[in-house]
Amino acid sequence: MSRQKPPIAEISHVYKSYRRGDQIVPVLEDITFSIEEGEFLALMGPSGSGKSTLLNLIAGIDRADSGTIMIGGLDITTLSETELASWRALNVGFIFQFYNLIPVLTAFENVELPLLLTGLSRKERADHVLMTLSLVNLLDRMDHYPSQLSGGQQQRVAIARAVVTDPTILVADEPTGDLDRVSAQEVLGLMERLNQELQKTVIMVTHDPRAASKARLVRNLEKGILT
Amino acid sequence: MLFFKLIIKNTFRHGMRTILTIMGLVIALIAFGLLRTVIKAWYSGVEASSSTRLITRNAISLIFPLPLSYKDKIKSVEGVTAVSYGNWFGGIYIDQKHFFANFAVDPKSYLKLYPEYVVDPAQKEAFLKDRRGFLAGRQLADKYGWKLGDTVTLKGTIYPGDWDFVLRAIYKGREPSTDEMQFIFHWNYVNEYLKGVHSSRADQVGFYMEGIERPDMAAQVAAKIDALFKNSLAETLTETEKAFQLSFINMTETILAVIQAVSFIVIAIIMAVAANTMAMTVRERIGEYAIMKTLGMGAFRIGALIFGESLTICAIGCGLGIALTYPAARVFAHAVGSIFPSFDVDPRLFIFYAAASFLVGVVAAIVPTWRAVRVPIAEGLRRIG
Repeated sequence: MSRQKPPIAEISHVYKSYRRGDQIVPVLEDITFSIEEGEFLALMGPSGSGKSTLLNLIAGIDRADSGTIMIGGLDITTLSETELASWRALNVGFIFQFYNLIPVLTAFENVELPLLLTGLSRKERADHVLMTLSLVNLLDRMDHYPSQLSGGQQQRVAIARAVVTDPTILVADEPTGDLDRVSAQEVLGLMERLNQELQKTVIMVTHDPRAASKARLVRNLEKGILT
Repeated sequence: MLFFKLIIKNTFRHGMRTILTIMGLVIALIAFGLLRTVIKAWYSGVEASSSTRLITRNAISLIFPLPLSYKDKIKSVEGVTAVSYGNWFGGIYIDQKHFFANFAVDPKSYLKLYPEYVVDPAQKEAFLKDRRGFLAGRQLADKYGWKLGDTVTLKGTIYPGDWDFVLRAIYKGREPSTDEMQFIFHWNYVNEYLKGVHSSRADQVGFYMEGIERPDMAAQVAAKIDALFKNSLAETLTETEKAFQLSFINMTETILAVIQAVSFIVIAIIMAVAANTMAMTVRERIGEYAIMKTLGMGAFRIGALIFGESLTICAIGCGLGIALTYPAARVFAHAVGSIFPSFDVDPRLFIFYAAASFLVGVVAAIVPTWRAVRVPIAEGLRRIG
């Protein structure tokens, strides 16, 4: 008899719409599903299906019109902006399509940035950063600025930044969308390792079936409805 | 440390824009400083005036003289310790561009009454002995390279003709505000000439200067002096030296008011320029702030980044402004020549520089911060790529 892991995320009857001029455009309609702890979930769907919006809601960077989003037993829809910011800092790691590193900071400094919000000392921060950069195999590039790194290397720095605070959930929005095939494989391999070896829950939005194939669970969104 | 490093790096991310904004601030501060110094220089005569000296002039107007015979009557007034007298000579050196004040005075009593003019005793003796001798302020002598014994010719305007004077003494100001641009010579030299050519204008003085025992006696002594000459052909008006100096400044009050207004307008202009710089900066970095927000940075930290950048720009501008104000003032003073007896920058001005720079930095960051904090993260992220 297999023991089912507890859900890390429970999304119940979530609705989200955007206002475009005078029109209200529904994006997500009555979304209800849960994600197990340690899951590697790929959210797929055509452009405009609402997958990035759903990811943003789970990550606490956007607000649902209605419904509840329980993450680790906490309903994040009830949190204030300040509480939500603190919650994100502790619980969520973000990986974006365009890496979104701060261009004036080195790889080391970019990874250190989220640690400024923790109470760690300078030395402790440096230890964490070095350990994380070694995990993504970029120790030799730690003093390089983003403009001196390839796309794949930048995305690995972004992954290091996402995991340096040891978050519960990693959310990735088209993480391979701007990478060549080889770099994309490296990044996906790294995410797979984070999921399998460090038991990080990974929620990834992607168009790419090859990327989705790395996930253990694939859900499709079409016109705001989960299938 | 990283946070401050990020502020500094962000500040110089658009080097040219930052440099131009800093330059704008520096120019505005220097312009403010020079304008305020002009106003201060305008009032320097008032500042240098003594509270124990009175000036008596013709009640109708300063251009009308008073009889020399008033001297002994004034001296007899209770509370008066010393009396001197003089005339505005209005002589021109070379041409009208080379303006400086020149007075015919009774030298002995004048120097006794104005101890702030510090003269070497030997030079003073030589000056008092030579009827054609003159006493020059140090700055004036330096400006024209006059040496003791040099003959200087002034072209008379009120007293026609070419007047030759021999430099016998150079005075130094005891205080920084003391006017060192004056040309002072013997009243008798002019009076004796007038006796021979225009006898009706002889034995007339332009103004009397009185020393009094205590400053609080000024009003009482002035009233007594004026009462002495009530209903005479030449009634007098006696006032403190400060009031006398202020009466000249009041003639240019409107110009001073305009200068005051302009000095503050330049600060307002730079505030708009700095605000524009910060608005452009924040608009370009909305995406980056969104990323920082996703990492957990709240409004306080985002605001600190923007305010920090704005204040850094203004602090650099303030520092450069302070450093360059003195050289700019020297260049300005040289360019305007002897219009202002002293053109010294007041160091207290730099407190205003710091306060104005801080204000500009804060005001320039308010709206951009508000916008950066308010933009939803999802919208901010959409602006990247």
